Amino acid sequence: MNNIRFSDESLALVQKMIQRYPEGRQKSALIPMLHVAQAEFDGWLAPEVMDYIASLLNIQPVEVYEVASFYSMFNLKPVGKCVIEVCRTSSCWLLGAEDVIRHLENKLSVKVGGTTTDGMFTLKSVECLGSCGTAPMMQVGADYYENLTLPKVDQLVEKFRHDGKRKCYTDQPENVTI
Amino acid sequence: MPKVTIDGQMIEVPDGTTILQAARMIGGPIVPPAMCYYSSLKTSGGYCRTCIVKVSKGSEKDPRPMPKPVASCRTTVMDGMEVQNITSPEVVEARKGVVEFLLLNHPLDCPICDQAGECHLQDLAYEHGLSKTRYEFERRTFEKIDIGEKIKLHMTRCILCYRCVKVADQVTNKRVHGVMNRGDVAEISTYIQHAVDNDFSGNMIDVCPVGALTDRTFRFQSRIWNVNPMDAHRDCKTCSGKVTLWMKGNDVARVSARKDKYGEVIDWICNDCRFEKKDAHDWQMDGPTNIERHSVISQNHYSLKEPAHKPLLNTLYTAPADRQLNSNN
Amino acid sequence: MGKKLLLQHDHVPGIHSYEVYRKHGGYASVEKAMKQLSAEAVVEEIKKSGLRGRGGAGFPTGMKWSFLAKPPGVPRYLVCNADESEPGTFKDRYLMERHPHLLIEGMITSSFALGANTSYIYIRGEYFYVSRILEKAIEEAYANGWLGKNILGTGYDLDLYVQVGAGAYICGEETALLESLEGKRGNPRIKPPFPAIAGLYGCPTVVNNVETIAAVVPIVTMGGDEYAKIGIGKSTGTKLISASGHINKPGVYEIELGVPVEEFIYSEEYCGGIKNGKQLKAVVAGGSSVPILPAHLILKTVNGEPRLMSYESLSDGGFATGTMLGSGGFIVMDEDTSIVKNLWNFTRFYHHESCGQCSPCREGTGWMEKILHRILHGHGKISDIDLLWDIQGKIEGKTICPLGDAAAWPVAAAIRHFRSEFEEYVKNPGSIQDVKHYYRLNNLTEA
Ligand SMILES: Cc1cc2nc3c(=O)[nH]c(=O)nc-3n(C[C@H](O)[C@H](O)[C@H](O)COP(=O)(O)O)c2cc1C
Ligand code: SF4
Ligand code: SF4
Ligand code: FES
Ligand code: FES
Repeated sequence: MNNIRFSDESLALVQKMIQRYPEGRQKSALIPMLHVAQAEFDGWLAPEVMDYIASLLNIQPVEVYEVASFYSMFNLKPVGKCVIEVCRTSSCWLLGAEDVIRHLENKLSVKVGGTTTDGMFTLKSVECLGSCGTAPMMQVGADYYENLTLPKVDQLVEKFRHDGKRKCYTDQPENVTI
Repeated sequence: MPKVTIDGQMIEVPDGTTILQAARMIGGPIVPPAMCYYSSLKTSGGYCRTCIVKVSKGSEKDPRPMPKPVASCRTTVMDGMEVQNITSPEVVEARKGVVEFLLLNHPLDCPICDQAGECHLQDLAYEHGLSKTRYEFERRTFEKIDIGEKIKLHMTRCILCYRCVKVADQVTNKRVHGVMNRGDVAEISTYIQHAVDNDFSGNMIDVCPVGALTDRTFRFQSRIWNVNPMDAHRDCKTCSGKVTLWMKGNDVARVSARKDKYGEVIDWICNDCRFEKKDAHDWQMDGPTNIERHSVISQNHYSLKEPAHKPLLNTLYTAPADRQLNSNN
Repeated sequence: MGKKLLLQHDHVPGIHSYEVYRKHGGYASVEKAMKQLSAEAVVEEIKKSGLRGRGGAGFPTGMKWSFLAKPPGVPRYLVCNADESEPGTFKDRYLMERHPHLLIEGMITSSFALGANTSYIYIRGEYFYVSRILEKAIEEAYANGWLGKNILGTGYDLDLYVQVGAGAYICGEETALLESLEGKRGNPRIKPPFPAIAGLYGCPTVVNNVETIAAVVPIVTMGGDEYAKIGIGKSTGTKLISASGHINKPGVYEIELGVPVEEFIYSEEYCGGIKNGKQLKAVVAGGSSVPILPAHLILKTVNGEPRLMSYESLSDGGFATGTMLGSGGFIVMDEDTSIVKNLWNFTRFYHHESCGQCSPCREGTGWMEKILHRILHGHGKISDIDLLWDIQGKIEGKTICPLGDAAAWPVAAAIRHFRSEFEEYVKNPGSIQDVKHYYRLNNLTEA
């Protein structure tokens, strides 16, 4: 991974991002850029990727590591193509989030935090995603999947497996037309 | 110039003085302990919360008390302000809480720690802490890492005072270490093993209030009470060259910056003086260091020769039954 | 039917699009502010309206705006807080997803009032798809001359950007949000200085919640005095309530402040009563940070008066018998809910979300979680309950930012009102066997 470089398209996007901020405040683009980087470089932020971002923003690499390690959406280790993030907080929990998590653990034969051996799924449990009225819920890539039931979870997992695609936060959402 | 009263003692101070600075001007037991504030480091302070005090009167203009205790190191004095530190039982109790939090995950490995005897956390625990911890869970641990060739990081002992980060930002020309992760797994790290190799990086060791950053070139692995501090100087192109030598007999065991009575570095020193000049002939001796700071060394909680840590530790902490006092996990 | 100001066009198909929004009177507040009023006059209307911040603290918005420093030659910023991460709160997402132009319009009118020429909407990273909806709406607003240079020929310029976060509850705290917007870790700043003096990039800054900014639109359109007539006492206007938990009709409801809690829970217009015909046990009325109240205290104040959905009524009785309106995250728990386990869940949340800067919150949140975990699993001691009480007291008010308080209050309230339940867990660990299944309430096996 020595020749880390954004695609021309991403590079253009990133250059545009940097211009949103006043002169000398380009570091503000760091978090949006890390999202683009994570989507482009296999769903996680390898040290080389973070060093590359630092060089684009002309900041010290440690400033990137500090930020990347603070936020829960950035993966600092490789993850599966689909990261399934199940809300485990308050209302989701009251309405069965633990059942959903356990079901997924059994179905995928991984523990929370783990990745399936085929590299397809990573299972995570996350804090309230602002969808408590449609609990329990989970997020995969850009999309929210709400009012979950176990059969619905099964269907979704099959669908993801069938799609076989990497899912990223930056994707066009499938559930909402914009 | 605003006047402020701290624990009944009034003092007039320049505009912009913080409560902590004003208290230090008064001196004595009313000075709040400070674990993260460092006068020569900009934006330091506010993190550890040991220096909290009660503002019972905001100012002459607005006499209302402040609703919550404030960090004295980050609160500017107003004219007519009245502050309670040791005269407020609430503050004393709250500070006990803070000390307990700071010690919660601390390994209590004082018997094997280089910093023992000059550790501010030890002083703090002795003076302001509870007699024993109520924490009954596994302590958090981290692997020791080397930050470059000369500095060792025992993250397990770190209290996240941010001082070393500010030294790297403000005193060296390039920061390569920082705070990773968040919450109670936040840690000082380099993430990947970058060397910290700046002319002034060694000052991180001196600002560390605990034994988290230590000098890998410290010779003889001496305990601090087995060495004698001597002020010395040399002609140095990079720094003032004014240092404290920690002498074992006629040998230089360690070189550090000189510190004031609050344990703060007076002049930053360069890495050459600190790490490379380990021969007494490199130095002109100025005489024994006057240890007047509020410390176990000066207060004879330790004698400089005899380690008296056992009884101290026994009163301070009751280690959970299943744990060895000096085990390092 | 209560008055609807923010969601009045909720049922209009296509209201998220510029054309439909405009057809229904959209952007009138910008026209009015810029053509009929002045910046100062808009601030005056907000003051008159009595609007209070909808992000949680309920600070009067007009007052906040008038604190904004205006040193000459220094830019000022308006930053919209769309971080919405308080457990139980989902109204901002609803508003942004379905009514993006309402927020954009509010941002333009508010930025004009504050004299900001660059404004940002900071939205939590998980709402990435919502950020796209906003970006599209912003594009439409630029295309129609509501953003950019010389808006409506007034000479006023405004650029509006959406900034995404990346997963950190603490970035909802306004100074942590500003740090994050500057590309740093979301560590709250030590105050003073407050953002009104030195906020984003060290410049004077106002941070307001999504709903607060949206409410500027009807206030400017109808006038502050008219707005102040809606609601009750100092709780003026309408409020979006995110209702969730064991109720028949969870969702976002716009209420006129002052609706009785009992009506809100049981009427068909709102929550439609408790699910599966169960009894109400407790409510967390304003997002996970506010004190939990048992059924009798949420329905009636300690003086026996009906409790209303308003700032004052919900906090009647202080923390001893009252709570807070907070962010309006209304979490309802039925008779089968385990308060201890729920508290553990909340405490785990705060432990996970502590930024780690100050020692009481960094160390104390994890400690409380561990003790609760132990109690929950039948290894607790009676003294643990007092220890919890003591720890929360040593966190509250001693930290850099209010996350410490937010972690302490739920613990205090649960012990205050449900102590016997904690004791039961300690004395009778056998009963936990059943308790373990308390949370499996939904029959999730049905499609
Ligand atoms: C830990 C913490 C989390 C917060 N989260 C949010 C949030 O998600 N959204 C929000 O609008 N305000 C949040 N706030 C409140 C903000 O700090 C700030 O008061 C608010 O954005 C001001 O806007 P308002 O006056 O319009 O309510 C939070 C505060 C704290 C201490
Ligand atoms: S290593 Fe030492 S100086 Fe650095 S943050 Fe930790 S305790 Fe402070
Ligand atoms: S109270 Fe918690 S979240 Fe707030 S600054 Fe302190 S450690 Fe960070
Ligand atoms: S509790 Fe799961 S989305 Fe809020
Ligand atoms: S010295 Fe003031 S908070 Fe640490």
